[in-house]
Amino acid sequence: MTTTAQPATTEFGRARKRKEDARLITGRTRWTDNITLPGMLHMAVVRSPLAHAKITRINTDAAKQLPGVHGVFTATDLGAEGISLPCAWPITPDMKAPQAPPLAFDTVHFVGEGVAIVVARDAASARDAADAVSVDYDRLEPVLDMEAALADGTTLVHPELGTNRNTLWVFDSGQAGSGGNVEGAIRDAEVVVKRRFRQQRLIPAFMEPRSVVVDPTGEQLTMWSATQVPHILRVMIALTLGVPEQKVRVIAPDVGGGFGGKLQVTPEEIITFLVARRLGKPVKWTESRAESMVSAHHGRDQLQDLTIAARRDGTVTGLKVELLADMGAYLRLVSPGIPILGAFMYNSIYKIPAYHFACTNVFTNKTPTDAYRGAGRPEATFAIERMMDELAVELGIEPLELRERNWIKHEEFPYTTVSTLTYDSGNYEAATARAKELFDYDALRAEQHRRREADDPVQLGIGISTFTEMCGLAPSRVLGSLSYGAGGWEHASIRMLPTGKVEVVTGSSPHGQGHDTAWSQIVADQLGVSFEDVEVLHGDTQSSHKGMDTYGSRSLTVGAIAVVKAAEKVIEKARKIAAHTLECSEADLDYGHGKFTIKGTNKSTTVADIALAVFAAHDLPDGVEPSLDSDATYDPQNFSFPHGTHLCATEVDTETGWVSIRRYVCVDDVGRVVNPLIVDGQVHGGIAQGIAQALFEEAIYDEGGTLITSTLADYLVPSAADLPHFTTDRTETPSTTNPLGVKGVGEAGTIASTPAVVNAVIDAVRHLGVTDIQMPCSPQRVWRAVQSARGVTKSTSEHTTQATAGGGLGSIDAQANDNSGGAR
Amino acid sequence: MIPSSFDYIAASSVEEAIQVLSEAGEDVKVLAGGQSLVPVLRLRLAAPTTIVDLNKISELRGVRDDGDAIVVSAMTTHHDVINDPLVREHAALLAAATRTVGDPQIRRRGTVGGALVHADPAGDLLAPAVALDCEMVIVGPSGRRTVPAADFFVGLFTTAVGPDEVLVEVRIPKKTGWGAHYEKFNRVAQAWSIVAVAAAVRTESGSIVEARVALTNMGTTPVRATSVEQALVGQPANAQTIRAAAQHAAEGTSPMSDGNADADYREHLARVLTRRAVAAAAQVEG
Repeated sequence: MTTTAQPATTEFGRARKRKEDARLITGRTRWTDNITLPGMLHMAVVRSPLAHAKITRINTDAAKQLPGVHGVFTATDLGAEGISLPCAWPITPDMKAPQAPPLAFDTVHFVGEGVAIVVARDAASARDAADAVSVDYDRLEPVLDMEAALADGTTLVHPELGTNRNTLWVFDSGQAGSGGNVEGAIRDAEVVVKRRFRQQRLIPAFMEPRSVVVDPTGEQLTMWSATQVPHILRVMIALTLGVPEQKVRVIAPDVGGGFGGKLQVTPEEIITFLVARRLGKPVKWTESRAESMVSAHHGRDQLQDLTIAARRDGTVTGLKVELLADMGAYLRLVSPGIPILGAFMYNSIYKIPAYHFACTNVFTNKTPTDAYRGAGRPEATFAIERMMDELAVELGIEPLELRERNWIKHEEFPYTTVSTLTYDSGNYEAATARAKELFDYDALRAEQHRRREADDPVQLGIGISTFTEMCGLAPSRVLGSLSYGAGGWEHASIRMLPTGKVEVVTGSSPHGQGHDTAWSQIVADQLGVSFEDVEVLHGDTQSSHKGMDTYGSRSLTVGAIAVVKAAEKVIEKARKIAAHTLECSEADLDYGHGKFTIKGTNKSTTVADIALAVFAAHDLPDGVEPSLDSDATYDPQNFSFPHGTHLCATEVDTETGWVSIRRYVCVDDVGRVVNPLIVDGQVHGGIAQGIAQALFEEAIYDEGGTLITSTLADYLVPSAADLPHFTTDRTETPSTTNPLGVKGVGEAGTIASTPAVVNAVIDAVRHLGVTDIQMPCSPQRVWRAVQSARGVTKSTSEHTTQATAGGGLGSIDAQANDNSGGAR
Repeated sequence: MIPSSFDYIAASSVEEAIQVLSEAGEDVKVLAGGQSLVPVLRLRLAAPTTIVDLNKISELRGVRDDGDAIVVSAMTTHHDVINDPLVREHAALLAAATRTVGDPQIRRRGTVGGALVHADPAGDLLAPAVALDCEMVIVGPSGRRTVPAADFFVGLFTTAVGPDEVLVEVRIPKKTGWGAHYEKFNRVAQAWSIVAVAAAVRTESGSIVEARVALTNMGTTPVRATSVEQALVGQPANAQTIRAAAQHAAEGTSPMSDGNADADYREHLARVLTRRAVAAAAQVEG
């Protein structure tokens, strides 16, 4: 017993530097590709250069003769023809799902699909031999355009399905009883605005390429993988391959980013497993960047048709959303559900009385799509926030004012929305007021006015995004109602070591988020131990045997709550022993910061002391087991609903189309904050990725179905040099759903920022007649939009025919010539 | 990704490099800074059987004063070019363009000779070489020859350097006291130029007395904007003059269309960027 324990400082809210960063940043750690096992072989994949073709012959003879080659295998050789990669989210009972083989055996369906593999003694020999495999194809017409894919008589990606339509998923507030009938609202509306937006295809571009090592030696087969989801992967390997689950151990060692791109059960994981098991030797596969770009799943790729109905006073009366979502060539783990995650978010922070959502998922001969940071919610937020600006223009109402007239007031929480979610808390007024203040909103509006008046070649635009999102996936019952193939709980356990140190086992699987640090801070407070004395174990199905992994901003709101619940159990176990040691009743004990104190005295003992006493187990109360170790599995009652106001000012050079971000202010409300430094990091990275969609990134296919942005020289991921200073601040409206009052932050920046930037670009040139610019708003697109708008306003003269025939180009050339003539 | 296998020879002298090139046949590549060649090898877009590395040849590095010219040895890195006092004083345009190449890591490895011989039309050193009337000193089995920059760039990724030759030096006529500016237009910081304009002008008493303007990525080879130059010379250095002259910028160009820019947009950019580049070089409000 001791009474000298240091008074614990509170870790919660402290901006600690991350304890895992030194090893992650230097790379002196266990990335999957760093793992080398005795006798390990290396795998390379032969990939299809065609988007759609029959495989007529695969000749592996030359490859097999090359030095170092242990084997060349096709799907048939591996017995993989009957295997289908799992899709765990059949969103409708009648959904059409093609077989998704890990290697194509009959027909290739996208450029980059695996056709054969080579296993060799080193990676270079495997690569050489892969190049020596010759595959003969009969070309088929590729299906690349979603609307064309749905036309009658079109080529089918999977003829056996009889259609390119995966499914149609509908939510209607009239039918659900959560609101009115949207067709009525549109019919009776004083104002109706319709718009089509395009969510370009994006590539997650995580920093660490995917890598898999499978060791089949030993009783349990072990797979290391650069994955976000080791636990899901283990279950899926068991279910997909019929392997007894207890014979498989999956380890996600340190993982270098994912952004949803590693929320997957990949063809390569399955193939590496099969070939390692067959050869009885460890096998490693690590992809190149070019391989990653073409074969790892992509994100977004939707066409969004929105119709909004309103009264002249700005009251929104109805919203109709019709989507086409490109699945690519196959359904991956949760592909069909990604656009559905957006279905509940189009109404956003607004009180919309009637809502209809219909999404048609479409197959094309492109890389499959699946989760990418935000997953459905960025698309929804973009569309509604763009739409609010369009409606504001139509009504002549200031865009922030229009939003305020429609948003849920802070005193109206909890609020059940037209899409049936119940937002537990929020304060949109506070976040917006703070953002306006930091942004100097009124001054920028005045400057914008001056520049317009002066016809400045560089125009100023202001973009608004007052967003919310649903995250912290999720209550298992809700996931069940959406036909999601798993629960939304999370598991944690706490092991009290004899020396008073703590091991925290978490089912969350970090890949850059900083769980080691945040979980240590939380547990340090709960158990009164120091931050340094907490070790976080994760990502190994042997040590952290149970988990639902990390995606959808769920780690803190679900995983960390499980940690708290486990800590509470440790304390309850310790309380019995403390009472015994201090010779008092449990009711006489106060607990705080790791210390039990007899009320009204200075007699106390600590959890650390009790851990040692439990280890000795010499003097424990009757019937008490000698262990403080505890675990908890937590299933949340609701999502978490972070929100915030993002304001962006852009300067648009109308001469060149160049967009530069002059000021970016965001005030996010992510509830209570465990570590402000980590939150800032998440917000900064999130905004960067959102700006990337707005201005830079796009996966582009040519007419043959080849991805032409297949390197980072063509696919423009912005760096720090391309991004502005971010002014970040927070309001803290605690979530009422969990005991820490926290909300997810992993996706908020990405979800919020894209519409803020695009709204700002369009606002800068709106007065010239521009009403929309497709993402990414490249200089050429912005310049053409301005030229086209100017051409339209000039086209009342004899130039009309010329201008339309050239799609605007004729008038641009004419104008350019006019200018040069005038200048002379 | 992993390149195909190749023989690697680190030449210790220019003579040794040339001997290897002469004997190795057509499937040989010269490695300078490796900032273009290595990615191409790793993507297996090229699979040479032999690579001759020039990095161990110390005589190929450095900048020296040679009377009315400065001489930049071919293996001088971008970083060293930018920081060289002779270059800054007498060839400010080259320093300005080199500052925009890639990123700091690339500029530490990449070399002026490598960039010129690679002859990527979007590369940033080609237009300054043409604008500055550089002379390229090439060594081969039959000795040393000098090719003016205007004749050096033959086509897409093709120069006057023969298969058994090495570019050893770039002689740059001194442009001491000239104003210089390189106006680069690209989408992200580390990307190649969509269009860029290299401009150098000499002004006396408020008039432009000499002007050199060349364009990056407005054709398969760098384009000297002679009609812009002619329109500038003898004129007062003011916004009106420069604006009028810049309207000639796209004359004689044949830009390509790609995902970043169609040809007509490139022509438009050439005019706008020429105006800005010349104005900056002449220190005039554009």
